[in-house]
Amino acid sequence: MKFLDEYRDGEAARSYAREIARITTRPWALMEICGGQTHAIVKFGIDELLPQSLSLIHGPGCPVCVTPLEIIDKALEIAARKDVIFTSFGDMLRVPGSHTDLLSVKAAGGDVRIVYSPLDALKIAAQHPAKEVVFFGVGFETTAPATAMAVYQAARAGLKNFSLLVSHVLVPPAMEAILGSSNCRVQAFLAAGHVCTVMGFEEYVPIAAKYGVPIVVTGFEPLDILQGILMCVEQLESGRCEVENQYSRSVRREGNQPAQKLLQEVFRVVPRKWRGVGEIPASGLGLSEAYAAFDAEQKFGVAALSVEEPADCLSGQVLQGLIKPHQCPAFGSRCTPEHPLGATMVSSEGACAAYYRYRRQESTAT
Amino acid sequence: MATTEFTLSCPFPIQDYPHVLMAHGGGGRLMHQLIGKMIAPAFSDTPLAMQHDASTFEVTAGKLAFTTDSFVVRPLFFPGGDIGSLAVHGTVNDLAMAGARPVYLSAAFIIEEGLPMETLWKVVTSMQQAARACGVRIITGDTKVVDKGKGDGLFINTTGVGILEHAQTISPAQVQPGDSILVNGDIGRHGMAVMAVREGLEFESAIESDSAPVAEAVLKLLEAGIQVHCLRDLTRGGLTSVLNEIAEAAGLTIAVEETRVPVREDVRAACEILGLDPLGVACEGRFAAFVAESDADRALQILRAHSMGTEAVRIGQVTEQRKARVLLRSAIGVQRILDVPSGEQLPRIC
Repeated sequence: MKFLDEYRDGEAARSYAREIARITTRPWALMEICGGQTHAIVKFGIDELLPQSLSLIHGPGCPVCVTPLEIIDKALEIAARKDVIFTSFGDMLRVPGSHTDLLSVKAAGGDVRIVYSPLDALKIAAQHPAKEVVFFGVGFETTAPATAMAVYQAARAGLKNFSLLVSHVLVPPAMEAILGSSNCRVQAFLAAGHVCTVMGFEEYVPIAAKYGVPIVVTGFEPLDILQGILMCVEQLESGRCEVENQYSRSVRREGNQPAQKLLQEVFRVVPRKWRGVGEIPASGLGLSEAYAAFDAEQKFGVAALSVEEPADCLSGQVLQGLIKPHQCPAFGSRCTPEHPLGATMVSSEGACAAYYRYRRQESTAT
Repeated sequence: MATTEFTLSCPFPIQDYPHVLMAHGGGGRLMHQLIGKMIAPAFSDTPLAMQHDASTFEVTAGKLAFTTDSFVVRPLFFPGGDIGSLAVHGTVNDLAMAGARPVYLSAAFIIEEGLPMETLWKVVTSMQQAARACGVRIITGDTKVVDKGKGDGLFINTTGVGILEHAQTISPAQVQPGDSILVNGDIGRHGMAVMAVREGLEFESAIESDSAPVAEAVLKLLEAGIQVHCLRDLTRGGLTSVLNEIAEAAGLTIAVEETRVPVREDVRAACEILGLDPLGVACEGRFAAFVAESDADRALQILRAHSMGTEAVRIGQVTEQRKARVLLRSAIGVQRILDVPSGEQLPRIC
């Protein structure tokens, strides 16, 4: 496929890997932020091409995985109501709440629908004026503008039966939380290309300077990731810590400014709980005052719900890169995609799911 | 077009009953009219024969194959087919996977009250044409009508009988180390065609389902004396499920090359957008054949000479390793497990 196969070329991949091995003189630990990158790494086996002294730590960049349990429980409570059509991206449906998941709510009679865009949810709201239509707004800066657009249009159209259960999160505060923790091993970051397509990469410059880490904005195909790793290692080996852009075919320094403007109009920055990690200050987006009428938590009276995370799920440590998925005692035994303890085992971008799907033999080998 | 002609000549008074009523399944005059005037004449040259409790047929000495399948698909009509043709192809293909020549089918309809009669007629016509093209006869059937809201328009069950005209045993247990794995064409088209229509996804051009009968192509292999060890159609769960089921049943490791599995550009693009793996997407006219290594080239030639196998390729091999699993060599040359997802593949967030 044009513009895809070129980035999956086996010979080019091996030559990048040789170059990385040639210049690597010391052990280095790199973190790829985005779950999409984690899956590409494991699916294509990119890490197996790298020298052993180079370790990849899988970051917290899977929106499904970091959505806290209590928001899932709120979603389940709203979705079960008779007057509600609950709309969501597909991969949230299997994520376990405290007792059940959205697929089970659907099986029990809830009207839960998969949509591909928040604007589809808006269409459903216009078609069903007697129903309350709720969209589950999940994701990083990548998906937030589409959610913002839906709310913006709902307000313009005067749609009163549309609301948003919002759990959008921001990447830079999570990176700072990781870098600021006492057991941080990360020496360089592959920043998430799609997030930067929206936000640009100016906001990473102070992080690179403050913590002395190279940050390379990186794409999602095998050659993107290998080139991103090479650029990180080049910086590490030469003692530099700059923000560089590998994904220049998609990312501009200033990002997508109309999208950013829309985010500022509709959302405000709020503290947000991250599943398994806890609350990170100024790390999420909530509806701004002008759009508060579209807040499903207020509309359905679930804002006060608070839930503790289960102790035997170590996804928090996985999301911070402290352990690899197969090092969790529950991996593949008490925790499988059929009976997940946490979202990292369910989401198509979750690190535990990636290891379970592509690497199960490692769990028996270690 | 034949369909239009047939629609015009529908012997059933559609104008009197534009929608299916509960009475059409109630055992009274309306039901007899529906079966006697619409369904039986479409499927049989001797329609009265279909209105007995059971049909009878002659059998030759030897082995028969027997299978059943139920068809639920939304939408009922999709690019490249409909529930009617699918119900014929699906069962004909299941018989073919046993190496049998399909001969007879049954057709049972569960109809939701209110289904447009025109829709039912289109489906019946489509089944008639598909059966003719496959050389099978629909010799018995059933209709039930359920209350509105208790069905999804129309469900069809078909059961099939086929004759085995060869002495080979075709089953996962016959799979041997060294066997070549062939597929008869590009994969994933049916699943994406249906999903595109169902979810209202608009691509530059419609993806057409691969729904088609493969029995003839399979019989050509058997007639030529190819040592076919196992056959499996790539329906629900796609190639991924089939390879895993056979690896499990044979207790052997299967090794497949990702770049050799044919997937059309439009299907790959749609899968990329939705975050789906084309290897796990359903087909309705594709099968995997496990054949003896020494016969693989000849088998490919035979398949490629047939319209249902022009793009047949060898995608991998059964290894000597006695560990039930499927290994996939990725585009960049690294090997990994190809595992089945726990449920249906769900489209991703971003």
